[in-house]
Amino acid sequence: MQEIIQYLFSGLTTGAIYAVIAVGLSMLYSSTELINFAHGEFVMVGAMAMVTLWVQLALPLPLAMAGTIALGCCLGLLFERFAIRTARNPQPIVLVIITVGASIFLRGVGMILWGKDPFSVPSFSIHESIEILGAALLPQSIWIMVAALALAGGIHFFLKQTLTGKAMVACAVNQKAAWLTGIPSEKMAVLAFAISTGCGAIAGIFIAPITMSSYDMGTILGLKGFCAAMIGGLGSLWGAFAGGILLGVLESLGAGLISSGLKDAIAFILLLLILYIRPGGLFSAKEAKRF
Amino acid sequence: MDNNSKQIRIEHSLFICAVLGLGLFTENTYYLQIMTFIGINTLLALGLNMLMGYAGQVSLGHAAFYGIGAYTTAILSGTYGISPWLALVCAVGCAVFIALVVGLPTLRLSGYYLGMGTLGFGMIVNILFREWSSVTGGASGFVGIPVLEAGPVSFMSGRNYFFLVWGVVFGAILICRRILSSRMGRALRSIHDGENAALAVGVNTHFLKLQIFMFSAALGAIAGFLYAHFVLFISPGSFGFMVSVKMVTMVVIGGMASVWGALLGASLLTLLPEVLHGFAEYEMIIFGLILMVVMIFMPQGLTRGFLDIYEVSRKKRHRGKQT
Repeated sequence: MQEIIQYLFSGLTTGAIYAVIAVGLSMLYSSTELINFAHGEFVMVGAMAMVTLWVQLALPLPLAMAGTIALGCCLGLLFERFAIRTARNPQPIVLVIITVGASIFLRGVGMILWGKDPFSVPSFSIHESIEILGAALLPQSIWIMVAALALAGGIHFFLKQTLTGKAMVACAVNQKAAWLTGIPSEKMAVLAFAISTGCGAIAGIFIAPITMSSYDMGTILGLKGFCAAMIGGLGSLWGAFAGGILLGVLESLGAGLISSGLKDAIAFILLLLILYIRPGGLFSAKEAKRF
Repeated sequence: MDNNSKQIRIEHSLFICAVLGLGLFTENTYYLQIMTFIGINTLLALGLNMLMGYAGQVSLGHAAFYGIGAYTTAILSGTYGISPWLALVCAVGCAVFIALVVGLPTLRLSGYYLGMGTLGFGMIVNILFREWSSVTGGASGFVGIPVLEAGPVSFMSGRNYFFLVWGVVFGAILICRRILSSRMGRALRSIHDGENAALAVGVNTHFLKLQIFMFSAALGAIAGFLYAHFVLFISPGSFGFMVSVKMVTMVVIGGMASVWGALLGASLLTLLPEVLHGFAEYEMIIFGLILMVVMIFMPQGLTRGFLDIYEVSRKKRHRGKQT
């Protein structure tokens, strides 16, 4: 029992990180219909920027975090402006390969800037771990979960309550109609990209103290993020969030109770199950098109 | 004999001459080895091109079939000492069967959902290679794959293997062309152009997609077989997600829906890393940049892109003459 609760806690922590990655992906998909295969690399950039800004340059923590998020947003902006928008023929497969190219590029840059060795980042707070039912809950985990919830809530508020957010939703629904009503759809796409990659960088900040960070950590995290977004239903914000948490918990339970080697497979088995049984995702109201 | 089949014959004879010339007059073993890899990658790209270029179905997990081919022959001939040629039959059969089982539900999906489904399948197979270490050798790889032999001919030497691989490639090109010029090829193109329209005129699209998925899986397994007996050591890393992506890139960069595009894409993506080795650390950056730039400016792939440039310049010259 105690073990299971322990697994649950660690699952919730990684789940919150997956959730943040998935929210970023889902947000981008819902406003531009693009799947960004370089998303995981922005998580890597976030984690590595924390290594540089906080550990190596010893900046104060809030400043380092702000710098990292700003870096993530700026990179996303540049990426949209120079790679995605210049593409002449926006066929999905072509865009996917452009993002794959960007992911290889970013990984290469990461390797040169930070080398091949993994880094570790100390945890943000130095408080003792809290004991609940015999299982230890690190304060770090609470931080992460609260921040992930706040982030998803913030994006929800932005999309539903602010004028800019509503304009973005309008672009997603019908770009031409949105353009006719005077919404600058290109600006909205840039904004969606910046928010999405910013989410990636935030996930990087959270994950840095939990695992070792290295230049090649991004790919698998990005893929897990897709799985989470798919499980929750592509394009739905809270679906992606719930998908991330569910994935994290199941992974942690599976790794602890069955076999740690199969930990990575759980995400993909879940993905296939969802695709076969309910392709629209667990929390989608309408059935997604299968054909 | 009409013009088209004449052109095809010319193309094929040029291809055979090029292969013979390169095979007989290349002395450097390193170059022979690279060209053999190009052949293996061409097989992969050909198979995927049938699926992506003609039927319009994206697969992001095709390295799984490549790996299934390689591991089946490695286990059967290495561990159990079965003749590699018999193992080849098993490898292809195994890949086709798995393609059938996986393709049945997966090919009902479309667009990104199909991409994610195949991606998930590829990842699961790759994790299986890594974790089932009692059979596959785990993450450290599988050692002890026997060298291919056919009667008195040993395929130990680079040149013999080169001819074996390119012979298979030529056979595959012939089969692909045969399929494409048949009724099935026309039906496939109709799926690509509009699946509902194809359904309406009575094309059993699901069955057809499944067939072509199985065909490309078989080509992938043959490529895996050739790869395993060539390098004699395989590890899960050679069949991972990035390899699947690389295969898709070969098809798209070379130009979809073109047999020679597959050859071009495979050659470029095999040669590029070798050329970029000189740049050491900057290899990944340059590779990523090239990928992005080509896709941004030539989204139809290089074959189409160069043809377009040629047409434009010819028209310009033509206009220049008139004025």
